[in-house]
Amino acid sequence: MNVIETAGLGKCYGKSWALRDCTLTVPEGSLAALVGPNGAGKSTLMNMAVGLTLPTAGTATVLGGQVIRSPAALNDIAFMAQDAPVYKSLSVADMLHLTRNLNRRFDADTARARLADLGIPLKKKTGKLSGGQQAQVALTVALARRPRLLILDEPLSALDPLARQDFLATVMTAMADDGVSVLLSSHALAELERVADYLVVLGGGELRLAGAVDDLLAEHRVLTGPAAGTDQFAAQLSAVQVKRAGAQAHLLVRDGGPGRTVPPGWESHPVGLEELVLAYLRPAGGGTPSATAAGSRTELTEVPR
Amino acid sequence: MSGLTRPAQPGRDAGPALRPVPWPRMIWVTWRQHRGVLVSVAAVLAAVSVFLLVAGLKVHHDDTALINCHPANSQACAARNSSFNNADWTMGNTVLILMNLAPALLGAFTGPTVLARELETGTFRYAWTQGIGRVRWTIAKLTLLAVVLTILAGAFSQLFAWFFDPFLGFEGMNVLAATVFDTRGIDFAAWTLVAFAAGAFLGMLTRRIIPAMAATLGAYLGLTLLAWLVLREDYPVALDTTNGNLFSGQNTPNSPWILKTWTVGNTDWWRFIPVSRFWPMQFIESGWLLLLAIALGAGTVWLVRRRAA
Repeated sequence: MNVIETAGLGKCYGKSWALRDCTLTVPEGSLAALVGPNGAGKSTLMNMAVGLTLPTAGTATVLGGQVIRSPAALNDIAFMAQDAPVYKSLSVADMLHLTRNLNRRFDADTARARLADLGIPLKKKTGKLSGGQQAQVALTVALARRPRLLILDEPLSALDPLARQDFLATVMTAMADDGVSVLLSSHALAELERVADYLVVLGGGELRLAGAVDDLLAEHRVLTGPAAGTDQFAAQLSAVQVKRAGAQAHLLVRDGGPGRTVPPGWESHPVGLEELVLAYLRPAGGGTPSATAAGSRTELTEVPR
Repeated sequence: MSGLTRPAQPGRDAGPALRPVPWPRMIWVTWRQHRGVLVSVAAVLAAVSVFLLVAGLKVHHDDTALINCHPANSQACAARNSSFNNADWTMGNTVLILMNLAPALLGAFTGPTVLARELETGTFRYAWTQGIGRVRWTIAKLTLLAVVLTILAGAFSQLFAWFFDPFLGFEGMNVLAATVFDTRGIDFAAWTLVAFAAGAFLGMLTRRIIPAMAATLGAYLGLTLLAWLVLREDYPVALDTTNGNLFSGQNTPNSPWILKTWTVGNTDWWRFIPVSRFWPMQFIESGWLLLLAIALGAGTVWLVRRRAA
């Protein structure tokens, strides 16, 4: 079953498309990382999946064909929005009670136990908690609904590295315990590299890449060889990205992965996840390198975060 | 939808027909999220009520003393008369003006908190993704707050009406006077209800609290002037007469409201609304105000439903 399925999905604000022609499936049981720079369309896609935003074009269904905003979809999807996931004037206990009243299912005991483990006092107003604790409260409240799909919009962006680890640990525990599927967006891939098993890359409002992380890593490889004559070679292999460093050229190709034969004079390396994402986030036309060697080096370090 | 679309599956804990989240759950939710506003409103009304009670006892005492004062042309009675005309009436008139503004203030203070606050702070992203669904959430909140506010306003206006009774017949004031009519009977509650509904609706339109408050005050002012200057004359309660004796003499609490006079041949005609038509007028006005409030509520729900981004 797919927890999210879209076909030609698009959202247009005025004249600009926040997301266009997005056809995507996210399978059940995965932790899907939705990555891309700011303005890539991540929030737009998530808001459409939870029914806060209506698509301008295309269709989307959730949890194996459920209509978005149907009672069943609302019941089984928990969403943690980007900036204001809690009522700041409510105490933690009130946030729990509020969410309990607004849903059919609510596992208050587990939620209280989790908050106790985290050392978050129930009586404190959520607005007085640290950013990391607020995120944990929002996550706890969302998980207590026992959702089948948990959608988290940039939950890590306001957290320090330690809080990020704690947050992801809670998510991973919930996945292991309850089998909840997770879609998590971030503009920093580093934290997700270890936990995500499905990857969706958005850039400039377009879907650039989607697939199981293992499959993607297996299908791609980096070929390193002489810079001279690279262009023709790159075109032949429909290289995703071409980088030059001095006399050397690096091609990222999707041709079946490290197992394939290596052309004479070239070396083959497996590709890392971050390298892969960055390659797909570059402006289209990887086969026609425009950047100089130095330029491409600089760009590489420019992790969109 | 693609060919991969499967028939809808119910939630894992619920039966084939997913039961909606029960309405009564919204009582706690509404109370918890709006208790600040509700308690403030109740506290202000209670404080003003205490004042009205104390001042009202004095006004009623002064009024009774003035009526029973003999001989009427004595110096003592003139002093009582002057005291009532100046001190008491100044206070009564001031409270009356505030009373005319009260529904607008109550509506502007409470209405925008329902939706504009959620939209302004972004918490609607939480509220509208819960299992209860945004339509149920909106209907329950609007209904509960409207009922509580209307009851509070209705009770308060009864106290004010008692306070103001001694001033009827004074300065042309009677229960049909524009500024008096809306503070009595069921009209004050109806105006408060409309102001609340307008505040909620305009909050959904403007998506921000302060503009919604301003718009509510403006809309209320326009609507009141419309009722005062245009609509009320046309409520189907007016009578025509050629008996001019009805309108002679001083202003009394029972003086009718003369809408117009005209002459046919040698006969003078009057169109007027007698004070006895107070309650029919109250029901007519409260009736259309109630319908307007329901329409604004439905419009608000419609806006919530179709909000796309």
